[in-house]
Amino acid sequence: MALVKPYADVPGTTVFDADMARRGYHLNQFCMSLMKAENRQRFKANERAYLDEWPMSTEQKEAVLARDYNRMIAAGGNIYFLAKLFSTDGQSFEYAAASMTGLSREDYRNMMLSGGRSPEGNRYKGERKGG
Amino acid sequence: MARITAGVTTSHVPAIGAAIDLGKTGEDYWKPLFAGYEFSKKWMKRQKPDVILLVYNDHACAFDMKIIPTFAIGCAEEFQPSDEGWGPRPVPVVRGYPELGWHIAQSVIQDDFDLTIINEMTVDHGLTVPLSLMFGQVGEWPCRVIPFAVNVVVYPPPSGQRCYNLGKSIRKAIQSFDRDLNVQVWGTGGMSHQLQGARAGLINREFDQRFLDRLRNDAEGLAKMPHIDYVREAGSEGIELVMWLIMRGALNPDAKEVHRFYHVPASNTAVGHVIYENSD
Repeated sequence: MALVKPYADVPGTTVFDADMARRGYHLNQFCMSLMKAENRQRFKANERAYLDEWPMSTEQKEAVLARDYNRMIAAGGNIYFLAKLFSTDGQSFEYAAASMTGLSREDYRNMMLSGGRSPEGNRYKGERKGG
Repeated sequence: MARITAGVTTSHVPAIGAAIDLGKTGEDYWKPLFAGYEFSKKWMKRQKPDVILLVYNDHACAFDMKIIPTFAIGCAEEFQPSDEGWGPRPVPVVRGYPELGWHIAQSVIQDDFDLTIINEMTVDHGLTVPLSLMFGQVGEWPCRVIPFAVNVVVYPPPSGQRCYNLGKSIRKAIQSFDRDLNVQVWGTGGMSHQLQGARAGLINREFDQRFLDRLRNDAEGLAKMPHIDYVREAGSEGIELVMWLIMRGALNPDAKEVHRFYHVPASNTAVGHVIYENSD
C-alpha cells in the first residue's frame, strides 16, 4: 500500500516525508558537513569541487550553487539542514524564507511585522488567494 | 519523592537567542517580545526548580539523517551547546541529571514508550533559547536539565495523542523517583510558522489562540488533532506544537495557568508562552 499523503494539497509547502528524505539524503548530509569550520572553508574556496565530493544529483548541485532554496527543497533538502548552507553564507532563516516566497526581504519583513501571511486562501491548492 | 510543580511552554526561535547574545533585546523589534518574559524570569527566581525535563527538537545538530530517533532522552552528565554553523551560543554548559534521566527511561520504556537513550550529544537553540528566555544571561544555569528530544523534522512526528500519553507516563516516572526534588516539565517550539516554500511566513493567530485555550481546558480533545491540521493551519513547522502536549500530559489536568503571552513576529514565527502551576 502506498503511503498516504493528506498534505499533498497544501499549497506552497513540501512536507519532508519519506520520499523527500530519501531523495535528499546526500544533499542534507552535505549541508551537515558545513557545521565544521574547516569544511566551510574548503567549500567557500571551491564550491564546485567540494560538491563533487558528494554523490549528489546534478540538479542538487546546481541548486546549491544558485542558492535556490525552492529548488533545493524540491530536490529533497530540508530547511533545518539547508540552514547550515545559509549560515555559511552569513544569512538568516528570515533571509532564506523570504527568498522562497518571491518577496523582497523588506516586503517579507513587513509582512511578518503586520501579522504574517494569512491562512485565508492558503489552505488548499487552487483555493482563491485572499487575505 | 520527586514532584512536578510546574510546566512551561515557549517558542524557541533561534533569532531570539541571537538577539540576547548580541545585546539587541532593547531594540524596538525585540522589546515587546522580551517584555512578555519579564514575569517569567521573576517567577523562575521564586520557583527554584531542582531539575527541568526540557522537551524540544534538535534542528539537524545532534542528529543528522543517519539516525532519527522519535523520542530521545539525554542521560549525560553535561551537554555542550551546538555549533549551528556560526559557532556555539555563548551560554553555560547544560548540566544533566543522569540518575533521573535513566529512571525516567526505564520507567516509560516499561510503560510501552520506547525511548532512545543518549549519552553524548550537544544541544542546540531548541533547548538553550528557552533557558535564556526564562533565566536570562547567567554564568551558569541554576538547575539541572534533562534534554528530551522529539523528532518533528522528518515526517511523521509522533502524534499529539502519543505525545500527550507519553507526558502522563513521564509524570508517573518522575513521581516514582525516590528523592525530594522540585521538577518542572517544559514543552518548546511552535507556534504557527512555516520556514519553506511559497507559503513561508504563514501565521495563524486564531489557531494559536485556540490551541492555547484548549491546552488549558481541553487537552484530551486537543491531543486528537491530526498532523494535517497542524500543517494546513499552523504551517509545516507549526507541527512542533505536538511537543507542548508532552508537557501538558505531565501536568495535572486542573493545573492553573498563571501566565500567558503571545507575540508576532519573531523572525518567521508566532511566539507563544504559557506557565502552568500544578495543584497539590
